[in-house]
Amino acid sequence: MNEILEKIKSKYEITDVLQKRDDLLFFSIGKKLLVDILNYLKELEGFTHLIMLSSVDWLEENKFQLTYILNHPVNKYDIAIRVDIDRDNPVMDSIHHLWIHAQTDQREIKELFGIDFPGSPGVNDDFVLEDWDDIPPMRRDFDTLKYATDNFFPREGRKSYDTKEYMKSKLYPDQG
Amino acid sequence: MTRMDDLKKRTVTAPDGEVFTVDPMKEYFCDKRPEVQEPAHPLLEKFFNWARSNSLWVLGWGTGCGSIELPPLTTPRFDMFRYGVQMRPTPRQAGVFIISGYLAVKTLKRVIRAYEQMQGPKYIIALGSCTINGGMYYDSFNTINRLDHYIPVDVYITGCMPRPEAILSGFVELKKRIRAGKAEGANDYAERFDWYKANQKKVIKGWDMPDYNW
Repeated sequence: MNEILEKIKSKYEITDVLQKRDDLLFFSIGKKLLVDILNYLKELEGFTHLIMLSSVDWLEENKFQLTYILNHPVNKYDIAIRVDIDRDNPVMDSIHHLWIHAQTDQREIKELFGIDFPGSPGVNDDFVLEDWDDIPPMRRDFDTLKYATDNFFPREGRKSYDTKEYMKSKLYPDQG
Repeated sequence: MTRMDDLKKRTVTAPDGEVFTVDPMKEYFCDKRPEVQEPAHPLLEKFFNWARSNSLWVLGWGTGCGSIELPPLTTPRFDMFRYGVQMRPTPRQAGVFIISGYLAVKTLKRVIRAYEQMQGPKYIIALGSCTINGGMYYDSFNTINRLDHYIPVDVYITGCMPRPEAILSGFVELKKRIRAGKAEGANDYAERFDWYKANQKKVIKGWDMPDYNW
């Protein structure tokens, strides 16, 4: 694991290196170098399997973070690469030419986060939603309760408790 | 072929080489509103209801997590067949539609199509708190809150999820209602058809199917 890390460090500018487990390494890289490093890891270093591609919305920092997790099937370890992209201009390079199944992940992220992957086949098709007409629902500034109240028909008389306070009052009533 | 392209007018070549045009929206679907079924003579209606209540044929379609509670009903332990309840594979053959749990808007569209294709007398049983008030998905952006605003519900079964015993008791309750002549969901749908359609079209954006799906 250290060996591969040294190799990557000698070739690319990487930051935030984090060894989560013996067989799992995280680091961040610039947006422009991502496809390059994925290509390098896949073709030369044997990380032939893309486990997943996920997205996180960092609303306060005005960025989306994409995580690409690769697996080395022979040596049995994983590398997770994080990329930050601007929230106001959410466009990322597609990697469907490296792993064809990435196009499904990219299509899902396009629908749920609104991050575009130009050139990825079928990226504009519906994934799980049909005829969605609001902002992408997994973005944190999307108010899902308000959307549900406006669009569906909430039944009167429903009570919701703050879980922490409710359990406290049930379990430790004398502590106020 | 994209979604709903099969409803567009098109030219088809039959296996024997004959070429003809098909206009599914006109030829496959009825253009008449559903009608209220008037009850027969009281004595006869009583007999009819007794007969209806003893052959409840369920459409074998699970819409949510609750559908996992339906297969145990067919096993010897719970055995729904002793109540005259059995599973059917298609809407045309079924009389009871079990909405088993949360219903996504996408599924609701298919539920409406299937429900309208069912032949009367037809009843709907709704399982779980999700169909009643949204349950734990009350604030979700893609599951509806109240089922009875979209299709008429005859019996609600509470629980998250209801056990098979609860579903059996729901069937017994439905039988009681049918015998008392109170399970009038299909007639209610015909009476307030415009209200139901307006609600359905409010959530199903980009409505691209016929108004009358039978």
